[in-house]
Amino acid sequence: MDISLLIEKSTIVVVLFLITLGIAAYQTLMERKVAAWMQDRVGPDRAGPFGILQPLADGGKMFFKEDFIPKNAERGLFILAPGLAMFTAAMTGAVIPWGPPVEMVGRTIALQVADINIGILYVIGFASIGVYGIMIGGWASNNKFSLFSAIRTSSQMISYELAMGIVIITIVLMSGSLSVATIVEQQHGFWADGYFTWNVFKQPLAFIIFLVTSLAECNRAPFDMAECENELIGGYHTEYSSMKLGFFLFAEYVNLFISAAIIAALFFGGYNFPGMDNFSGITLSILGTLVFFAKTVFFIFVFMWIRWTLPRFRYDQLMHLGWKKLIPLAMINLVITAVVIAFTSGWFSEDKKAAATVEVEQKQPTAVLNNASDSRASGSFRVNLNH
Amino acid sequence: MESLTNRKKVVSDKQMTFLESLYLPVVLAGMAMTFRHMFNKSATIRYPEQQRAFAPVYRGMHVLKRDEQGRENCTACGLCAVACPAEAITMVAGERLPGEEHLYREEKYAVTYEINMIRCIFCGLCEEACPKEAVFLTDRIVPTSFDREDFVYGKNRLVESIDNRIDITKRQHTGKRGKK
Repeated sequence: MDISLLIEKSTIVVVLFLITLGIAAYQTLMERKVAAWMQDRVGPDRAGPFGILQPLADGGKMFFKEDFIPKNAERGLFILAPGLAMFTAAMTGAVIPWGPPVEMVGRTIALQVADINIGILYVIGFASIGVYGIMIGGWASNNKFSLFSAIRTSSQMISYELAMGIVIITIVLMSGSLSVATIVEQQHGFWADGYFTWNVFKQPLAFIIFLVTSLAECNRAPFDMAECENELIGGYHTEYSSMKLGFFLFAEYVNLFISAAIIAALFFGGYNFPGMDNFSGITLSILGTLVFFAKTVFFIFVFMWIRWTLPRFRYDQLMHLGWKKLIPLAMINLVITAVVIAFTSGWFSEDKKAAATVEVEQKQPTAVLNNASDSRASGSFRVNLNH
Repeated sequence: MESLTNRKKVVSDKQMTFLESLYLPVVLAGMAMTFRHMFNKSATIRYPEQQRAFAPVYRGMHVLKRDEQGRENCTACGLCAVACPAEAITMVAGERLPGEEHLYREEKYAVTYEINMIRCIFCGLCEEACPKEAVFLTDRIVPTSFDREDFVYGKNRLVESIDNRIDITKRQHTGKRGKK
Protein backbone atom coordinates (compact mmCIF):
# COMPACT_ATOMS: atom_id res chain seq x y z
CA MET A 1 0.00 0.00 0.00
CA ASP A 2 1.05 3.54 -0.74
CA ILE A 3 2.67 4.94 2.40
CA SER A 4 1.45 8.50 1.78
CA LEU A 5 -2.11 7.20 1.40
CA LEU A 6 -1.72 5.50 4.76
CA ILE A 7 -0.53 8.72 6.40
CA GLU A 8 -3.30 10.71 4.74
CA LYS A 9 -6.05 8.35 5.79
CA SER A 10 -4.79 7.94 9.35
CA THR A 11 -4.57 11.72 9.71
CA ILE A 12 -8.17 12.03 8.56
CA VAL A 13 -9.23 9.25 10.94
CA VAL A 14 -7.54 10.87 13.94
CA VAL A 15 -8.80 14.35 13.12
CA LEU A 16 -12.31 13.10 12.46
CA PHE A 17 -12.31 11.14 15.72
CA LEU A 18 -11.18 14.17 17.69
CA ILE A 19 -13.72 16.43 15.99
CA THR A 20 -16.48 13.91 16.61
CA LEU A 21 -15.63 13.63 20.29
CA GLY A 22 -15.20 17.37 20.63
CA ILE A 23 -18.52 18.11 18.99
CA ALA A 24 -20.24 15.40 21.03
CA ALA A 25 -18.82 16.91 24.22
CA TYR A 26 -19.95 20.39 23.32
CA GLN A 27 -23.36 19.12 22.30
CA THR A 28 -23.98 18.44 25.97
CA LEU A 29 -23.40 22.11 26.67
CA MET A 30 -25.38 23.16 23.61
CA GLU A 31 -28.29 20.99 24.64
CA ARG A 32 -28.40 22.52 28.07
CA LYS A 33 -28.07 26.03 26.68
CA VAL A 34 -30.79 25.51 24.07
CA ALA A 35 -33.06 24.00 26.70
CA ALA A 36 -32.41 26.95 28.97
CA TRP A 37 -33.07 29.56 26.31
CA MET A 38 -36.29 27.91 25.24
CA GLN A 39 -37.45 27.89 28.86
CA ASP A 40 -36.41 31.52 29.50
CA ARG A 41 -33.44 30.48 31.61
CA VAL A 42 -29.72 31.12 31.38
CA GLY A 43 -28.21 27.64 31.40
CA PRO A 44 -24.77 26.65 32.70
CA ASP A 45 -22.54 29.72 32.82
CA ARG A 46 -20.27 29.17 35.82
CA ALA A 47 -17.45 27.04 34.35
CA GLY A 48 -15.49 29.51 32.26
CA PRO A 49 -17.01 32.34 30.23
CA PHE A 50 -20.53 31.34 29.09
CA GLY A 51 -19.91 27.92 30.62
CA ILE A 52 -17.58 26.75 27.85
CA LEU A 53 -15.60 24.60 30.28
CA GLN A 54 -18.74 22.80 31.45
CA PRO A 55 -18.14 19.66 29.31
CA LEU A 56 -14.66 19.30 30.83
CA ALA A 57 -16.11 19.62 34.31
CA ASP A 58 -18.80 17.05 33.49
CA GLY A 59 -16.23 14.65 32.02
CA GLY A 60 -13.94 15.08 35.01
CA LYS A 61 -16.83 14.39 37.33
CA MET A 62 -17.73 11.23 35.42
CA PHE A 63 -14.17 9.90 35.72
CA PHE A 64 -14.04 10.36 39.46
CA LYS A 65 -17.39 8.73 40.19
CA GLU A 66 -17.48 5.25 41.68
CA ASP A 67 -17.57 2.63 38.95
CA PHE A 68 -20.16 0.26 40.31
CA ILE A 69 -21.19 -3.09 38.82
CA PRO A 70 -24.30 -4.65 40.39
CA LYS A 71 -23.84 -8.08 41.94
CA ASN A 72 -26.36 -9.84 39.70
CA ALA A 73 -25.33 -8.14 36.48
CA GLU A 74 -23.86 -10.15 33.63
CA ARG A 75 -20.37 -8.84 34.18
CA GLY A 76 -18.79 -9.28 30.77
CA LEU A 77 -21.71 -7.97 28.77
CA PHE A 78 -22.25 -5.19 31.28
CA ILE A 79 -18.73 -3.91 30.58
CA LEU A 80 -18.98 -4.56 26.84
CA ALA A 81 -22.23 -2.67 26.21
CA PRO A 82 -21.09 0.97 26.60
CA GLY A 83 -18.02 0.27 24.48
CA LEU A 84 -20.20 -1.27 21.79
CA ALA A 85 -22.54 1.71 21.82
CA MET A 86 -19.60 4.10 21.52
CA PHE A 87 -17.86 2.02 18.84
CA THR A 88 -20.86 1.80 16.54
CA ALA A 89 -21.60 5.48 17.01
CA ALA A 90 -18.07 6.55 16.12
CA MET A 91 -17.71 4.16 13.16
CA THR A 92 -20.56 5.64 11.15
CA GLY A 93 -18.75 8.88 10.41
CA ALA A 94 -16.23 7.07 8.18
CA VAL A 95 -18.22 7.27 4.94
CA ILE A 96 -19.40 10.87 5.18
CA PRO A 97 -17.59 13.27 2.85
CA TRP A 98 -16.76 16.20 5.09
CA GLY A 99 -15.67 18.55 2.33
CA PRO A 100 -14.74 18.84 -1.34
CA PRO A 101 -11.54 16.97 -2.26
CA VAL A 102 -8.31 18.89 -1.63
CA GLU A 103 -5.57 19.13 -4.28
CA MET A 104 -2.31 18.95 -2.34
CA VAL A 105 1.29 18.02 -3.24
CA GLY A 106 0.21 16.60 -6.56
CA ARG A 107 -2.54 14.33 -5.31
CA THR A 108 -6.24 14.58 -4.63
CA ILE A 109 -7.14 14.03 -1.01
CA ALA A 110 -10.76 13.17 -0.36
CA LEU A 111 -11.93 14.56 2.98
CA GLN A 112 -13.52 11.25 3.79
CA VAL A 113 -12.13 8.24 5.59
CA ALA A 114 -13.43 5.70 3.08
CA ASP A 115 -15.36 6.31 -0.11
CA ILE A 116 -16.77 2.80 -0.23
CA ASN A 117 -19.32 2.24 -2.97
CA ILE A 118 -21.91 0.93 -0.52
CA GLY A 119 -21.57 3.88 1.86
CA ILE A 120 -25.27 4.25 2.60
CA LEU A 121 -25.60 0.55 3.30
CA TYR A 122 -22.69 0.83 5.71
CA VAL A 123 -24.39 3.68 7.56
CA ILE A 124 -27.64 1.76 7.87
CA GLY A 125 -25.72 -1.32 8.96
CA PHE A 126 -23.96 0.47 11.78
CA ALA A 127 -27.13 2.25 12.80
CA SER A 128 -28.71 -1.19 13.16
CA ILE A 129 -25.80 -2.55 15.18
CA GLY A 130 -26.15 0.53 17.38
CA VAL A 131 -29.18 -1.06 19.01
CA TYR A 132 -26.98 -3.84 20.40
CA GLY A 133 -25.21 -1.51 22.81
CA ILE A 134 -28.54 -0.54 24.34
CA MET A 135 -30.00 -4.03 24.20
CA ILE A 136 -26.98 -5.72 25.79
CA GLY A 137 -26.63 -2.95 28.35
CA GLY A 138 -30.29 -3.22 29.33
CA TRP A 139 -30.26 -6.98 29.51
CA ALA A 140 -26.93 -7.33 31.32
CA SER A 141 -28.03 -4.93 34.04
CA ASN A 142 -30.46 -7.57 35.32
CA ASN A 143 -32.95 -4.88 36.20
CA LYS A 144 -36.53 -4.93 35.03
CA PHE A 145 -36.59 -1.24 34.14
CA SER A 146 -33.46 -1.57 32.05
CA LEU A 147 -34.90 -4.63 30.34
CA PHE A 148 -38.16 -2.84 29.56
CA SER A 149 -36.22 0.03 28.07
CA ALA A 150 -34.03 -2.30 26.03
CA ILE A 151 -37.05 -4.13 24.62
CA ARG A 152 -38.85 -0.92 23.80
CA THR A 153 -35.81 0.62 22.19
CA SER A 154 -34.98 -2.35 20.04
CA SER A 155 -38.53 -2.68 18.75
CA GLN A 156 -38.65 1.07 18.13
CA MET A 157 -35.37 1.10 16.23
CA ILE A 158 -36.31 -1.93 14.14
CA SER A 159 -39.68 -0.38 13.26
CA TYR A 160 -38.26 2.95 12.24
CA GLU A 161 -35.34 1.46 10.34
CA LEU A 162 -37.83 0.13 7.78
CA ALA A 163 -39.21 3.55 6.90
CA MET A 164 -35.70 4.98 6.96
CA GLY A 165 -34.45 2.27 4.62
CA ILE A 166 -37.26 2.87 2.15
CA VAL A 167 -36.53 6.60 2.14
CA ILE A 168 -32.86 5.89 1.52
CA ILE A 169 -33.81 3.62 -1.39
CA THR A 170 -35.70 6.58 -2.84
CA ILE A 171 -32.59 8.73 -2.62
CA VAL A 172 -30.47 5.94 -4.07
CA LEU A 173 -32.93 5.61 -6.97
CA MET A 174 -32.55 9.29 -7.75
CA SER A 175 -28.78 9.34 -7.60
CA GLY A 176 -28.12 5.87 -8.96
CA SER A 177 -25.37 5.29 -6.44
CA LEU A 178 -24.94 3.96 -2.92
CA SER A 179 -21.81 5.99 -2.34
CA VAL A 180 -22.38 9.01 -0.11
CA ALA A 181 -19.66 10.95 -1.95
CA THR A 182 -21.48 10.50 -5.27
CA ILE A 183 -24.83 11.47 -3.77
CA VAL A 184 -23.30 14.66 -2.40
CA GLU A 185 -21.50 15.43 -5.68
CA GLN A 186 -24.76 15.18 -7.58
CA GLN A 187 -26.23 17.97 -5.47
CA HIS A 188 -23.52 20.32 -6.74
CA GLY A 189 -24.22 24.03 -6.27
CA PHE A 190 -27.76 25.05 -5.51
CA TRP A 191 -29.53 25.66 -8.81
CA ALA A 192 -29.06 23.83 -12.07
CA ASP A 193 -31.20 23.21 -15.19
CA GLY A 194 -34.02 25.35 -13.85
CA TYR A 195 -34.41 23.53 -10.57
CA PHE A 196 -32.82 23.17 -7.14
CA THR A 197 -30.09 20.54 -6.97
CA TRP A 198 -30.50 19.65 -3.30
CA ASN A 199 -32.47 16.50 -2.60
CA VAL A 200 -34.67 18.19 -0.02
CA PHE A 201 -36.39 20.16 -2.80
CA LYS A 202 -36.77 17.07 -4.95
CA GLN A 203 -37.94 14.82 -2.13
CA PRO A 204 -39.53 16.94 0.62
CA LEU A 205 -41.68 14.08 1.90
CA ALA A 206 -38.68 11.79 2.04
CA PHE A 207 -36.82 14.42 4.02
CA ILE A 208 -39.60 14.70 6.62
CA ILE A 209 -39.82 10.94 6.99
CA PHE A 210 -36.05 10.69 7.26
CA LEU A 211 -35.95 13.41 9.91
CA VAL A 212 -38.62 11.68 11.99
CA THR A 213 -37.02 8.26 11.66
CA SER A 214 -33.59 9.58 12.55
CA LEU A 215 -35.08 11.15 15.66
CA ALA A 216 -36.33 7.69 16.53
CA GLU A 217 -33.00 6.07 15.61
CA CYS A 218 -31.16 8.47 17.92
CA ASN A 219 -33.65 7.71 20.71
CA ARG A 220 -34.33 11.37 21.11
CA ALA A 221 -37.49 13.08 22.21
CA PRO A 222 -40.29 12.78 21.18
CA PHE A 223 -39.25 9.15 20.71
CA ASP A 224 -37.01 8.72 23.76
CA MET A 225 -38.42 5.35 24.71
CA ALA A 226 -34.92 4.30 25.73
CA GLU A 227 -34.73 6.48 28.79
CA CYS A 228 -38.20 7.48 29.84
CA GLU A 229 -36.93 9.21 32.93
CA ASN A 230 -40.31 9.44 34.56
CA GLU A 231 -41.31 5.81 34.07
CA LEU A 232 -38.12 3.77 33.69
CA ILE A 233 -35.75 5.77 35.92
CA GLY A 234 -32.83 6.00 33.49
CA GLY A 235 -33.96 3.30 31.09
CA TYR A 236 -31.20 1.01 29.84
CA HIS A 237 -28.48 2.84 31.76
CA THR A 238 -30.21 2.81 35.15
CA GLU A 239 -27.54 0.55 36.64
CA TYR A 240 -24.60 2.27 35.03
CA SER A 241 -22.34 4.74 36.74
CA SER A 242 -19.08 6.56 36.21
CA MET A 243 -17.56 6.63 32.73
CA LYS A 244 -19.63 3.66 31.55
CA LEU A 245 -22.68 5.86 31.91
CA GLY A 246 -20.65 8.65 30.34
CA PHE A 247 -19.94 6.43 27.33
CA PHE A 248 -23.64 5.70 26.84
CA LEU A 249 -24.55 9.36 26.99
CA PHE A 250 -21.61 10.26 24.80
CA ALA A 251 -22.55 7.63 22.24
CA GLU A 252 -25.98 9.17 22.06
CA TYR A 253 -24.51 12.56 21.25
CA VAL A 254 -22.12 11.09 18.69
CA ASN A 255 -25.14 9.43 17.08
CA LEU A 256 -26.92 12.76 17.04
CA PHE A 257 -23.96 14.42 15.36
CA ILE A 258 -23.66 11.68 12.73
CA SER A 259 -27.40 11.75 12.06
CA ALA A 260 -27.31 15.49 11.54
CA ALA A 261 -24.34 15.08 9.21
CA ILE A 262 -26.13 12.38 7.21
CA ILE A 263 -29.24 14.51 6.86
CA ALA A 264 -27.06 17.38 5.69
CA ALA A 265 -25.27 15.11 3.22
CA LEU A 266 -28.26 13.27 1.80
CA PHE A 267 -30.81 16.07 1.65
CA PHE A 268 -29.11 19.42 2.08
CA GLY A 269 -26.29 19.10 -0.41
CA GLY A 270 -23.48 18.22 2.01
CA TYR A 271 -20.60 20.59 1.39
CA ASN A 272 -22.32 22.23 -1.62
CA PHE A 273 -23.50 25.79 -1.29
CA PRO A 274 -24.93 28.42 -3.64
CA GLY A 275 -22.22 30.15 -5.66
CA MET A 276 -19.60 27.50 -4.99
CA ASP A 277 -18.39 27.67 -8.59
CA ASN A 278 -16.78 31.05 -7.89
CA PHE A 279 -14.23 29.35 -5.68
CA SER A 280 -11.67 26.67 -6.41
CA GLY A 281 -8.81 24.74 -4.88
CA ILE A 282 -8.08 24.97 -1.19
CA THR A 283 -10.50 27.90 -0.65
CA LEU A 284 -13.37 25.80 -1.93
CA SER A 285 -12.38 22.90 0.30
CA ILE A 286 -12.19 25.04 3.41
CA LEU A 287 -15.44 26.86 2.63
CA GLY A 288 -17.20 23.62 1.72
CA THR A 289 -16.12 21.95 4.97
CA LEU A 290 -17.26 24.95 6.97
CA VAL A 291 -20.60 24.95 5.16
CA PHE A 292 -21.00 21.25 5.85
CA PHE A 293 -20.31 21.72 9.55
CA ALA A 294 -22.65 24.70 9.68
CA LYS A 295 -25.43 22.58 8.19
CA THR A 296 -24.64 19.77 10.62
CA VAL A 297 -24.74 22.11 13.61
CA PHE A 298 -28.01 23.53 12.34
CA PHE A 299 -29.56 20.09 12.24
CA ILE A 300 -28.20 19.30 15.69
CA PHE A 301 -30.00 22.45 16.78
CA VAL A 302 -33.19 21.30 15.06
CA PHE A 303 -32.99 17.98 16.90
CA MET A 304 -32.63 19.81 20.21
CA TRP A 305 -35.35 22.26 19.24
CA ILE A 306 -37.74 19.37 18.65
CA ARG A 307 -36.71 17.74 21.91
CA TRP A 308 -37.52 20.83 23.95
CA THR A 309 -40.81 21.39 22.14
CA LEU A 310 -42.62 18.08 22.01
CA PRO A 311 -43.74 15.72 24.74
CA ARG A 312 -42.97 12.02 24.40
CA PHE A 313 -45.12 9.74 22.30
CA ARG A 314 -46.85 6.90 24.03
CA TYR A 315 -45.52 3.49 23.03
CA ASP A 316 -48.60 2.51 21.00
CA GLN A 317 -48.66 5.92 19.31
CA LEU A 318 -45.03 5.43 18.40
CA MET A 319 -45.72 2.07 16.80
CA HIS A 320 -48.83 3.45 15.10
CA LEU A 321 -46.87 6.31 13.60
CA GLY A 322 -44.05 4.08 12.48
CA TRP A 323 -45.93 1.16 10.96
CA LYS A 324 -49.21 2.68 9.82
CA LYS A 325 -48.12 6.10 8.67
CA LEU A 326 -44.43 6.43 7.90
CA ILE A 327 -43.89 3.10 6.16
CA PRO A 328 -46.91 3.42 3.79
CA LEU A 329 -45.99 7.05 3.09
CA ALA A 330 -42.41 6.10 2.34
CA MET A 331 -43.61 3.26 0.12
CA ILE A 332 -45.93 5.54 -1.88
CA ASN A 333 -43.16 8.05 -2.20
CA LEU A 334 -40.79 5.34 -3.42
CA VAL A 335 -43.24 4.02 -6.02
CA ILE A 336 -44.02 7.50 -7.37
CA THR A 337 -40.32 8.32 -7.57
CA ALA A 338 -39.59 5.04 -9.31
CA VAL A 339 -42.34 5.58 -11.89
CA VAL A 340 -41.25 9.15 -12.57
CA ILE A 341 -37.64 8.07 -12.98
CA ALA A 342 -38.61 5.20 -15.23
CA PHE A 343 -40.46 7.53 -17.57
CA THR A 344 -37.98 10.42 -17.54
CA SER A 345 -34.56 8.81 -17.50
CA GLY A 346 -35.21 5.11 -17.00
CA TRP A 347 -36.30 2.15 -19.10
CA PHE A 348 -39.48 3.66 -20.47
CA SER A 349 -38.03 7.02 -21.51
CA GLU A 350 -37.51 7.63 -25.24
CA ASP A 351 -33.81 8.45 -25.21
CA LYS A 352 -32.99 5.52 -22.92
CA LYS A 353 -34.72 3.08 -25.28
CA ALA A 354 -32.72 4.35 -28.17
CA ALA A 355 -29.51 4.32 -26.14
CA ALA A 356 -30.22 0.84 -24.88
CA THR A 357 -30.64 -0.63 -28.35
CA VAL A 358 -27.43 1.00 -29.53
CA GLU A 359 -25.61 -0.26 -26.49
CA VAL A 360 -26.82 -3.81 -27.00
CA GLU A 361 -25.71 -3.79 -30.63
CA GLN A 362 -22.27 -2.52 -29.67
CA LYS A 363 -21.83 -4.70 -26.64
CA GLN A 364 -22.73 -7.98 -28.25
CA PRO A 365 -19.48 -8.72 -30.09
CA THR A 366 -17.22 -7.55 -27.26
CA ALA A 367 -19.05 -9.74 -24.80
CA VAL A 368 -18.46 -12.77 -26.97
CA LEU A 369 -14.83 -11.81 -27.39
CA ASN A 370 -14.36 -11.51 -23.66
CA ASN A 371 -15.89 -14.87 -23.14
CA ALA A 372 -13.73 -16.38 -25.78
CA SER A 373 -10.54 -14.96 -24.30
CA ASP A 374 -11.00 -16.52 -20.90
CA SER A 375 -12.66 -19.67 -22.13
CA ARG A 376 -9.75 -21.87 -21.15
CA ALA A 377 -9.67 -20.60 -17.61
CA SER A 378 -13.37 -20.78 -16.99
CA GLY A 379 -14.40 -23.48 -19.39
CA SER A 380 -17.94 -22.26 -19.25
CA PHE A 381 -20.70 -23.98 -21.13
CA ARG A 382 -21.61 -20.96 -23.22
CA VAL A 383 -18.06 -20.32 -24.41
CA ASN A 384 -17.66 -23.94 -25.38
CA LEU A 385 -20.72 -23.61 -27.54
CA ASN A 386 -19.02 -20.77 -29.41
CA HIS A 387 -16.12 -23.04 -30.30
CA MET B 1 -73.55 24.75 36.10
CA GLU B 2 -72.75 28.24 35.01
CA SER B 3 -69.12 28.98 34.38
CA LEU B 4 -67.56 31.80 36.38
CA THR B 5 -64.52 32.15 34.17
CA ASN B 6 -64.13 31.66 30.45
CA ARG B 7 -61.32 29.20 30.91
CA LYS B 8 -63.52 26.12 30.94
CA LYS B 9 -62.89 23.67 28.12
CA VAL B 10 -65.25 20.90 27.16
CA VAL B 11 -63.37 17.65 26.66
CA SER B 12 -64.46 15.61 23.67
CA ASP B 13 -63.20 12.42 22.09
CA LYS B 14 -64.02 13.40 18.54
CA GLN B 15 -61.95 12.01 15.70
CA MET B 16 -59.03 14.14 14.56
CA THR B 17 -59.44 15.89 11.24
CA PHE B 18 -57.00 15.01 8.48
CA LEU B 19 -54.92 18.12 9.10
CA GLU B 20 -54.73 17.36 12.81
CA SER B 21 -53.78 13.76 12.20
CA LEU B 22 -50.80 14.95 10.17
CA TYR B 23 -49.37 16.42 13.41
CA LEU B 24 -46.98 18.57 11.38
CA PRO B 25 -48.85 21.93 11.52
CA VAL B 26 -49.22 21.65 15.28
CA VAL B 27 -45.61 20.54 15.67
CA LEU B 28 -44.43 23.51 13.65
CA ALA B 29 -46.62 25.85 15.70
CA GLY B 30 -45.09 24.44 18.85
CA MET B 31 -41.60 24.85 17.46
CA ALA B 32 -42.37 28.45 16.53
CA MET B 33 -43.47 29.00 20.11
CA THR B 34 -40.26 27.60 21.62
CA PHE B 35 -38.20 29.54 19.08
CA ARG B 36 -39.86 32.79 20.13
CA HIS B 37 -39.00 32.02 23.72
CA MET B 38 -35.30 31.84 22.85
CA PHE B 39 -35.29 35.61 22.54
CA ASN B 40 -37.21 36.31 25.71
CA LYS B 41 -35.42 37.82 28.64
CA SER B 42 -34.43 35.09 31.04
CA ALA B 43 -36.24 34.98 34.35
CA THR B 44 -33.15 33.77 36.16
CA ILE B 45 -31.75 35.66 39.14
CA ARG B 46 -28.01 34.87 39.25
CA TYR B 47 -27.96 34.10 42.93
CA PRO B 48 -24.59 34.82 44.50
CA GLU B 49 -24.26 38.10 42.60
CA GLN B 50 -27.91 39.09 42.56
CA GLN B 51 -30.34 38.48 45.37
CA ARG B 52 -34.03 38.54 45.05
CA ALA B 53 -35.63 41.25 47.20
CA PHE B 54 -37.89 40.01 49.97
CA ALA B 55 -41.56 40.88 49.82
CA PRO B 56 -42.47 43.71 52.21
CA VAL B 57 -44.65 41.34 54.20
CA TYR B 58 -41.87 38.76 54.61
CA ARG B 59 -41.80 37.30 58.11
CA GLY B 60 -38.34 36.11 59.15
CA MET B 61 -36.27 36.09 62.32
CA HIS B 62 -37.67 38.08 65.23
CA VAL B 63 -36.17 41.14 66.85
CA LEU B 64 -36.83 42.68 70.26
CA LYS B 65 -36.82 46.42 69.77
CA ARG B 66 -35.40 49.17 71.91
CA ASP B 67 -36.84 52.66 72.02
CA GLU B 68 -35.04 55.87 70.93
CA GLN B 69 -33.06 56.07 74.16
CA GLY B 70 -31.92 52.48 73.82
CA ARG B 71 -34.28 51.03 76.46
CA GLU B 72 -35.90 47.66 75.87
CA ASN B 73 -39.55 47.97 74.95
CA CYS B 74 -40.59 44.54 76.23
CA THR B 75 -42.42 44.48 79.55
CA ALA B 76 -42.79 40.70 79.72
CA CYS B 77 -46.56 40.88 79.68
CA GLY B 78 -46.69 37.46 78.03
CA LEU B 79 -49.28 38.35 75.41
CA CYS B 80 -47.01 37.14 72.65
CA ALA B 81 -46.56 33.81 74.39
CA VAL B 82 -50.32 33.49 74.79
CA ALA B 83 -50.94 34.44 71.19
CA CYS B 84 -48.32 32.07 69.84
CA PRO B 85 -50.10 29.08 68.21
CA ALA B 86 -46.90 27.06 68.20
CA GLU B 87 -46.00 27.75 71.80
CA ALA B 88 -42.56 28.82 70.79
CA ILE B 89 -42.17 31.77 73.14
CA THR B 90 -41.35 31.64 76.82
CA MET B 91 -40.16 34.34 79.19
CA VAL B 92 -39.40 35.14 82.80
CA ALA B 93 -40.48 38.54 84.08
CA GLY B 94 -38.46 40.63 86.48
CA GLU B 95 -38.76 43.98 88.27
CA ARG B 96 -36.62 46.90 87.21
CA LEU B 97 -34.28 47.96 90.00
CA PRO B 98 -33.34 51.58 90.70
CA GLY B 99 -30.46 52.60 88.46
CA GLU B 100 -31.65 50.43 85.56
CA GLU B 101 -33.92 53.07 84.07
CA HIS B 102 -31.61 53.48 81.08
CA LEU B 103 -31.96 49.75 80.30
CA TYR B 104 -35.67 49.06 80.50
CA ARG B 105 -38.47 51.43 79.58
CA GLU B 106 -41.01 50.36 82.21
CA GLU B 107 -40.90 48.88 85.71
CA LYS B 108 -41.28 45.32 84.53
CA TYR B 109 -38.99 43.67 82.02
CA ALA B 110 -38.10 40.27 80.60
CA VAL B 111 -35.23 38.65 82.43
CA THR B 112 -35.17 35.89 79.90
CA TYR B 113 -37.03 35.84 76.63
CA GLU B 114 -36.68 32.77 74.44
CA ILE B 115 -38.10 31.88 71.05
CA ASN B 116 -37.67 28.34 69.80
CA MET B 117 -37.08 28.87 66.10
CA ILE B 118 -37.83 25.22 65.28
CA ARG B 119 -41.28 25.50 66.87
CA CYS B 120 -41.97 28.93 65.46
CA ILE B 121 -44.18 29.00 62.37
CA PHE B 122 -43.45 32.65 61.60
CA CYS B 123 -47.13 33.57 61.58
CA GLY B 124 -46.53 37.00 63.08
CA LEU B 125 -49.25 36.73 65.77
CA CYS B 126 -46.73 37.67 68.49
CA GLU B 127 -46.08 40.87 66.65
CA GLU B 128 -49.80 41.61 66.39
CA ALA B 129 -50.39 40.78 70.04
CA CYS B 130 -47.59 42.98 71.37
CA PRO B 131 -48.99 46.17 72.98
CA LYS B 132 -45.55 47.73 73.43
CA GLU B 133 -44.22 47.42 69.83
CA ALA B 134 -41.43 45.29 71.24
CA VAL B 135 -41.34 42.17 69.08
CA PHE B 136 -41.23 42.27 65.29
CA LEU B 137 -40.54 39.81 62.55
CA THR B 138 -37.82 40.98 60.17
CA ASP B 139 -36.58 40.07 56.71
CA ARG B 140 -33.61 38.22 58.16
CA ILE B 141 -33.36 34.44 57.75
CA VAL B 142 -32.75 32.20 60.76
CA PRO B 143 -29.34 30.62 60.14
CA THR B 144 -28.96 26.84 60.08
CA SER B 145 -27.23 24.80 62.71
CA PHE B 146 -26.39 21.21 63.53
CA ASP B 147 -27.68 21.41 67.11
CA ARG B 148 -31.29 21.73 68.17
CA GLU B 149 -30.22 23.80 71.18
CA ASP B 150 -28.88 26.45 68.85
CA PHE B 151 -32.37 27.23 67.66
CA VAL B 152 -33.61 28.43 71.03
CA TYR B 153 -32.88 32.11 70.70
CA GLY B 154 -32.38 34.03 73.92
CA LYS B 155 -32.22 37.74 74.54
CA ASN B 156 -28.58 37.81 73.45
CA ARG B 157 -29.64 37.07 69.90
CA LEU B 158 -33.10 38.65 69.85
CA VAL B 159 -32.60 42.12 71.32
CA GLU B 160 -31.19 44.56 68.82
CA SER B 161 -27.92 46.20 69.77
CA ILE B 162 -27.92 49.94 70.38
CA ASP B 163 -25.47 50.81 67.62
CA ASN B 164 -26.89 48.34 65.13
CA ARG B 165 -30.62 48.96 64.96
CA ILE B 166 -32.79 46.59 62.91
CA ASP B 167 -35.01 48.35 60.39
CA ILE B 168 -38.64 47.34 60.85
CA THR B 169 -40.30 50.22 59.00
CA LYS B 170 -41.46 47.82 56.28
CA ARG B 171 -43.37 45.82 58.88
CA GLN B 172 -44.89 48.93 60.37
CA HIS B 173 -46.36 50.02 57.05
CA THR B 174 -47.84 46.66 56.09
CA GLY B 175 -50.48 44.43 57.52
CA LYS B 176 -52.71 45.76 60.23
CA ARG B 177 -50.53 48.85 60.88
CA GLY B 178 -50.54 49.86 57.23
CA LYS B 179 -54.29 50.02 57.08
CA LYS B 180 -54.62 52.58 59.87
